[in-house]
Amino acid sequence: MTAHAQFLDDEPAAARATVDAAGATQVVAGATLAVAGVTLFADLSGALFWEEQRLLVVSDLHLEKGSSFARRGVLLPPYDTLATLGRLGAVIARHNPRTVIALGDSFHDRTAHGRLSAPNRDIIAAFQLRRDWIWISGNHDPAIPSDLGGVVTQEVSIGPIAFRHEPSGASGEIAGHLHPKARVSTRGRSMERRCFACDGERAVMPAFGAYAGGLSIRDAAFAKIFGTPGFMAHVLGDHRLHTIAASRCY
Amino acid sequence: MPEKFQRWFAGRGWSPRAHQLDLLQKARDDRSALLIAPTGAGKTLAGFLPTLVELSADTSPLPSFRLSPPRAARAAGGEKNGRAASSSQARVTSAGRGEQNSRGLHTLYISPLKALAVDIARNLETPIAEMALPIKVETRTGDTPVSRRQRQRRYPPDILLTTPEQLALLLSSDDAPFLFGSLQRIVLDELHALVTSKRGDLLSLALARLWQLAPQMRAIGLSATVAEPESLARFLVPQRDRRSEAADIVIAGGAAAPIVEMLDTKERLPWAGHSARHALNEVYELIKANRTTLVFVNTRSQAEMLFQDLWRMNDDNLAIALHHGSLDVAQRRKVEDAMAAGKLRGVVCTSSLDLGVDWGDVDLVINIGAPKGASRLMQRIGRANHRIDEASRAVLVPANRFEVLECRVAIDAVAENAQDTPPLRTGALDVLAQHVLGRACGEPFLSDELYAEVLTAAPYAGLTRTDFDDVVDFVASGGYALKTYERFARIKQDKTGRWRVTNPRVRQSYRLNVGTIVEDTMLKVRLVRGGKGAGKGSTGALARGGRMLGQIEEVFIEGLVVGDTFVFGGEVVRYEALAEDQVYVSRANDKDAKVPSYMGGKFPLSTYLAERVRKLLDDDQAWKALPEQVREWLSLQREVSRVPGVRDLLVETFPRANKHYLVCYPFEGRLAHQTLGMLLTRRMERARVRPLGFVANEYALAVWGLGDMSFMIRQGRLDLDALFDPDMLGDDLEAWLAESALMKRTFRTCAVISGLIARRFTGEEKTRRQVLFSTDLIYDVLRKHQPDHVLLRAARADAATGLLDIRRLSDMLSRIKRRITHRELTRVSPLAVPVMLEIGRESVYGEASDELLAEAAGELVKEAMERT
Repeated sequence: MTAHAQFLDDEPAAARATVDAAGATQVVAGATLAVAGVTLFADLSGALFWEEQRLLVVSDLHLEKGSSFARRGVLLPPYDTLATLGRLGAVIARHNPRTVIALGDSFHDRTAHGRLSAPNRDIIAAFQLRRDWIWISGNHDPAIPSDLGGVVTQEVSIGPIAFRHEPSGASGEIAGHLHPKARVSTRGRSMERRCFACDGERAVMPAFGAYAGGLSIRDAAFAKIFGTPGFMAHVLGDHRLHTIAASRCY
Repeated sequence: MPEKFQRWFAGRGWSPRAHQLDLLQKARDDRSALLIAPTGAGKTLAGFLPTLVELSADTSPLPSFRLSPPRAARAAGGEKNGRAASSSQARVTSAGRGEQNSRGLHTLYISPLKALAVDIARNLETPIAEMALPIKVETRTGDTPVSRRQRQRRYPPDILLTTPEQLALLLSSDDAPFLFGSLQRIVLDELHALVTSKRGDLLSLALARLWQLAPQMRAIGLSATVAEPESLARFLVPQRDRRSEAADIVIAGGAAAPIVEMLDTKERLPWAGHSARHALNEVYELIKANRTTLVFVNTRSQAEMLFQDLWRMNDDNLAIALHHGSLDVAQRRKVEDAMAAGKLRGVVCTSSLDLGVDWGDVDLVINIGAPKGASRLMQRIGRANHRIDEASRAVLVPANRFEVLECRVAIDAVAENAQDTPPLRTGALDVLAQHVLGRACGEPFLSDELYAEVLTAAPYAGLTRTDFDDVVDFVASGGYALKTYERFARIKQDKTGRWRVTNPRVRQSYRLNVGTIVEDTMLKVRLVRGGKGAGKGSTGALARGGRMLGQIEEVFIEGLVVGDTFVFGGEVVRYEALAEDQVYVSRANDKDAKVPSYMGGKFPLSTYLAERVRKLLDDDQAWKALPEQVREWLSLQREVSRVPGVRDLLVETFPRANKHYLVCYPFEGRLAHQTLGMLLTRRMERARVRPLGFVANEYALAVWGLGDMSFMIRQGRLDLDALFDPDMLGDDLEAWLAESALMKRTFRTCAVISGLIARRFTGEEKTRRQVLFSTDLIYDVLRKHQPDHVLLRAARADAATGLLDIRRLSDMLSRIKRRITHRELTRVSPLAVPVMLEIGRESVYGEASDELLAEAAGELVKEAMERT
């Protein structure tokens, strides 16, 4: 048993060669997921990319969560929005999508968009240049104002896939809301990471937001969607995604 | 001493001890004093004598003044008069309803343990009753009912016994000037234990406040013997103008030297491990041969295992009990009561018994495993026999060969009465933040005044104004470079520049979260009927409820897989399920637990003992005092490699089973070695040694990898001086801290103590499932966007001495710079065997990462292949 195994020599479980804006080729770590016959690329950042459609999906950004707590006297560092947008910017640059779907709970509370700083507003506006942007509304952000750019809707269907915030368990559904995370233990050590939960027919995406917590995939909420734990956790590691049976996690 | 007291002493057949009279004299001279005395020297009575004498004199005639809380004065803005008014307030006479005769609070007694305060109250009753002294003594702890607390604030007793946390709470109320204005004396018990932690910082800040409210107050510190009494004495008096002021020191003499021996085992001494199972029979015989024996071990799980083993062989049915901090309180009380009643022959216990609750007569202390520190050992030995003039007896039982060396030098240190308690702390910034918020909850303060006040506390005497201002800024609005939270500020300055709380919710939250003890998250362990594989990790069909066995650290449970067995509450149990904050276990029939749960002791080997061990190794004349097995072991080591020197570092490299090993012997304790291991492997990666893992114990560190290190050193491709260069504490350390789970745990503690996040939210205690954000995520974001934030500074300061023990590592690296002795071996050396045996036995240390996930994913592949 090794405490410090090296992965520099290992090939990622799945990788995708992309060409960034500067024309350089790069290899992106991730894994392929199949949902209702559609092949999707699960990015190590927690985003999902549908290459044929050049569609990028991120879920549960929870922007302005820090300031939301600050209103109630818990003065969390006010850098979460910038951190989340920074990571989002990196994924967008990697995949250069034609369409971006923010799968709900993009803002932590109903008034959070009003607390966005001007520079952060500008960053969002820059993301939206020359691409379609779809805000799917979630329970935290049922009313996203139109001045933020993009389209606001409840649900989007493309081919066999339906994108909505709260999972219903329907076949072909890609949802968020639950913030899946998985804990893996071996011989006295354990670690906990965000993950995609997927059984081939439906998927629940990890939360993308810097301060977004998680819910164990062994929680009853997941059993409701997937039935008995016959689904997989695609766990976000440091350098690659790991596919682990949900029944093996805690 | 007044005649009444002399008669009382004589009536009990006692005569006052010299140090008791000395303390009375110090009180008459209006001096603060530090009493250093071993257990059983009548320390507590000595501490209270001046108070009892003063109060007994004060009663004739009875107090004629009346006192009630100066409510009217406060409402009229009386608080602005500040100090001048406060000291006179206690003497205010006002005629109103509800008033009663009271002299105001005379003496505060602070103890680290709630139980101790209650115990002392009971002990004080005796002299007060027997001398018919008109003195009112009360306790105030977390258990004190609200009605009594309110009464205590309005009509304080003469003597109030409480804890540092309760004192902080009392000081944060706006009637603190009334309550403490009359205070004459504060007695600080077990001071040596209090000052080594953040509780000591909190207490020092409370003292600083009290010196303002009651300039007439003098302190008496009660302490076990420490390495630097002079520095401890500074804690008791206000530090002024950066001059070092200290209380007078009174040392109680006359304690009989303890008789300490090492168990001369007839069994073969183990190479590694911590259980000392080889000596079980001998330990059992010792318990049998004595009336009452305390058996100390270093960790909870060791206590569990030993207790279980002793009962397995207990053919004589000796009354042997178990006592550790994780057991259910009711169960612990039962053991304590049985012990006090003399019903027990032996108690297996952890450091939960290091502090002074009265245990009655103990005639032998057995210490299993390494003593870790000379002072720690002496305090434990002091538990045997509470009569000062009789020698305490102790037997040390080393669990392995290295521990023999450690026990040997510890016995020498005890004989020389050499102390190795840590130096006085530098006050932590997170504790200061809590105090600043507490101050704003009471009377509003000016920054200049509070800064001056804080500097009088010894641990904070060197606090810079910048750090202070940063802390105030943090308390107000988070202390962020991005000034977006001004409108959400918790404290604000009024027109006169005084800081005050912005709304009552802040005050409420402070009161719920006061204190510096941030426990590991504990889970309740319940015993249920098990089996049938019902649980599978989540609660499904498993019956809820079940008998409560105690509590266990969440980090331990997180490492388990359903079906794993471990020892708890004296039996082997099987992990069934986890639900909310409950762990469900069933009785397992296995004789041995699958998961060894040593997890290392809390305290690393002291620097002092480590140095003595190195000296012992270096001096083969001194080996004569060692058991023959150990002498043989060392001689063999000298033949095939060499024995580590006093100042240099021995590094051995050798191949074994297709891997290459590097073993070094810094003797700096497990924590420092773990940090060293993390940093070394980073460097070895860069040097293309391809390290695979490492394991550390208290004495040595072993790293293994694929690269042939002997060959690389010979070729000059691996330079040991460069590898061990202190510059690893620069960039490599920073890079590692970014992802270190230990560092994140350290940060969480600071975040809670400083009040950034609440342990408890107003009104209810959130269960862990309801925690809405993770401090790990906050750490990541803050570290990236404001690396010099005051909380990160606080966490880094903790890392220097806490879980990462960086300071000690740094001292070691400087000591051995250019003094590395390398031995290229063809196989493992005798000295390397113990640490090599830890591989696979201990959970190998390392930050869990992709590798762990990959292992789990690999199992899946295997499983899938087997199924098809």
